[in-house]
Amino acid sequence: MHFHRYEKYWLIFGLCTLVVFLTIVGVNAFSGGHQPPTGMMTLDPTKVDQTPPFDQPGLKKVDDNTYEANLIAMAFGYNPSKIEVPVGAKVIFNVTSKDVVHSFTIPGTNVNMMITPGHVNTSEFSFDKPGSYLVLCNEYCGSGHHMMQMTIEVK
Amino acid sequence: MNSVVKSPKDSKLSMSYLTVGFIAVFIGAICGLLQGLVRGGVIELPSFINYYQLLTAHGVLLALVFTTYFIYGLLFAGVSKTMGALSDKARSIGWIGFWVMTIGTICSTIMIILGEASVLYTFYAPLKAHPLYYIGLALVVVGSWIGGAAMLMHYSGWRKKNSGKLSPLFGYMTTATIILWIVCTIGVAISVLFQFIPWSFGWADRINVLLSRTLFWYFGHPLVYFWLLPAYIIWYVCIPKIIGGKVFSDSLARLSFVLFILFSIPVGFHHQLTESGIPEGWKFLQVVLTFMVITPSLMTAFSLFATFETTGREKGARGLFGWLKKLPYNDVRFFAPFMGMLFFIPGGAGGIVNASHQMNTVIHNTLWVVGHFHITVGTPVVLTFFGVTYWLVPYLTGRKLTPALNRAGMIQTILWSVGMFFMSTAMHILGLFGAPRRTAYSTYQDNPTALEWFHGFFAHYTTVALGGTILFIAAMMMVYLFFHLAFFAPKAENDIEATEFPIGEVAEHAYTTPRILENWKVWIGIVVVLILIAYTIPVTDMITHAPAGSPPIRTW
Repeated sequence: MHFHRYEKYWLIFGLCTLVVFLTIVGVNAFSGGHQPPTGMMTLDPTKVDQTPPFDQPGLKKVDDNTYEANLIAMAFGYNPSKIEVPVGAKVIFNVTSKDVVHSFTIPGTNVNMMITPGHVNTSEFSFDKPGSYLVLCNEYCGSGHHMMQMTIEVK
Repeated sequence: MNSVVKSPKDSKLSMSYLTVGFIAVFIGAICGLLQGLVRGGVIELPSFINYYQLLTAHGVLLALVFTTYFIYGLLFAGVSKTMGALSDKARSIGWIGFWVMTIGTICSTIMIILGEASVLYTFYAPLKAHPLYYIGLALVVVGSWIGGAAMLMHYSGWRKKNSGKLSPLFGYMTTATIILWIVCTIGVAISVLFQFIPWSFGWADRINVLLSRTLFWYFGHPLVYFWLLPAYIIWYVCIPKIIGGKVFSDSLARLSFVLFILFSIPVGFHHQLTESGIPEGWKFLQVVLTFMVITPSLMTAFSLFATFETTGREKGARGLFGWLKKLPYNDVRFFAPFMGMLFFIPGGAGGIVNASHQMNTVIHNTLWVVGHFHITVGTPVVLTFFGVTYWLVPYLTGRKLTPALNRAGMIQTILWSVGMFFMSTAMHILGLFGAPRRTAYSTYQDNPTALEWFHGFFAHYTTVALGGTILFIAAMMMVYLFFHLAFFAPKAENDIEATEFPIGEVAEHAYTTPRILENWKVWIGIVVVLILIAYTIPVTDMITHAPAGSPPIRTW
């Protein structure tokens, strides 16, 4: 098949850019640890309230500066609807759904993950600035979807 | 009249598909306007309409119904033009497909209107709509298979009659589009038939949510290429003729279509990047496969601009960019698709952000994605289809695109472009600030973060509403012009006046086309292998290590 000379240059340039780009994305993901949220834990979505750690939802201290937030998403809110976190703390969010698909999204941060029933999704974030952070659901979940929110108070 | 319209019977079939498509635009655009106004805080809906009901109707009628019907109307007309009138048998099958699709569309639309299916066009489980909604959607898909089979029959009939000859480019590209469509819709058909329908009737208690989402996105990404490929057919085959040039290279055009089939299907995980239950390695593999689609995209861009430049230079253009001045910007048949191409530059770049493994987290499910959707499908594809309407409808009905109608088309195109510029820019910026998509008006109890989305100029929901209103005017103009061109535009009295179906010829310097490009067994074989590599292990895992499924839930 014949390629025009300029088309060859164009495609070679494009493919080289692609290789460089995918290498950066790949190295970032697999050696930099910048992976998209990918929780692999599963549970029965009809028995969330009885399954640890979601039988006692809320914030749990893991060590000096690390906390675990085990939260339940449901139509149309989160349980608990408010948590308090000390400034500078690293928080690991473990979130599952009791009913339909939701999301757990903190605008202005890189925390943004789908919450599918039957699965636990995980993301972590260090809150270095004090303030009140809005958490919202950005996956349609029913007539009250636009009301679904919680707050994280960082003090 | 027969000298003007080649096969009146085929034209009638095409016009029927197009007419349903534009009725869908009429209703879908009204829904879109209302959504924009609600979201911007301009109006409140009466209590008997739910925002998410409008959203479902908007998505189903515009993204699924309009596109599919328009594409079938266009492709039937094109294969009839380039490969001769359909046999009576193929045409009858085309009609059966039309009616099956239409019964399905009516069925699903009624369920949406009754408020029994406010689950959006992606119908994510375990939101449960009325079973008739799923059955309607299944009929749309099955009807499209039947109609597609008619076109494949016509193509293989042509090849039997003309053995040894290269098929017309239009017919080849139509075949590629239908093959892509059949391979990808198998995924959603399996999900609807074996998961959603039994579960919505109550015959199955629970549904495997992750599997249903994966099957949906196995279909959902190639779906966008099903919209795009017919627009590319126009760009490759019809635009060169409209601007008075030649098709740059027949073989590269065919090669790019084959590559689109290969790299648009095994990539659905890039829509599920922030989802649990799919290991990172498999997500990344599909990210890599997604990016391969850049190759045929670059080929398409090169080929288009090569045609523009060659044609401009033949018309006497000088200097590095002089050819840009020689393009027929006042001809709506060129101007509308050309505006679409311009929007596709930021559209494609945004797509690279979306598919980028970890960068996706920043914009996933935000209003950015809606903006992206509207400057990919909603402008390059839709403006190309609108541009086609201005010549296809008078071609099919034996009428004329008069200078006055051409001017109306120019105004309509400009309105669409301006409206889309405001709406999509605002959506992209709001999305970067975290504004969610698929969400009614909300200030989240006057939360400062959410209130920021009502400040500034572009980062403002009201700008979305403004753009949406301009788009609505453009859409209504288009619907009016469609019916005007179909029923009221002046008749063409002779062959010279008749509106042409522009089919470009291949440039003289182009080289012969390798035969392997027409060997579909090879390409279908490769795409099956790629699909098996990308999906076998993770999907097996989803089934064997599935958590307890979800019972049906209605939350609206």
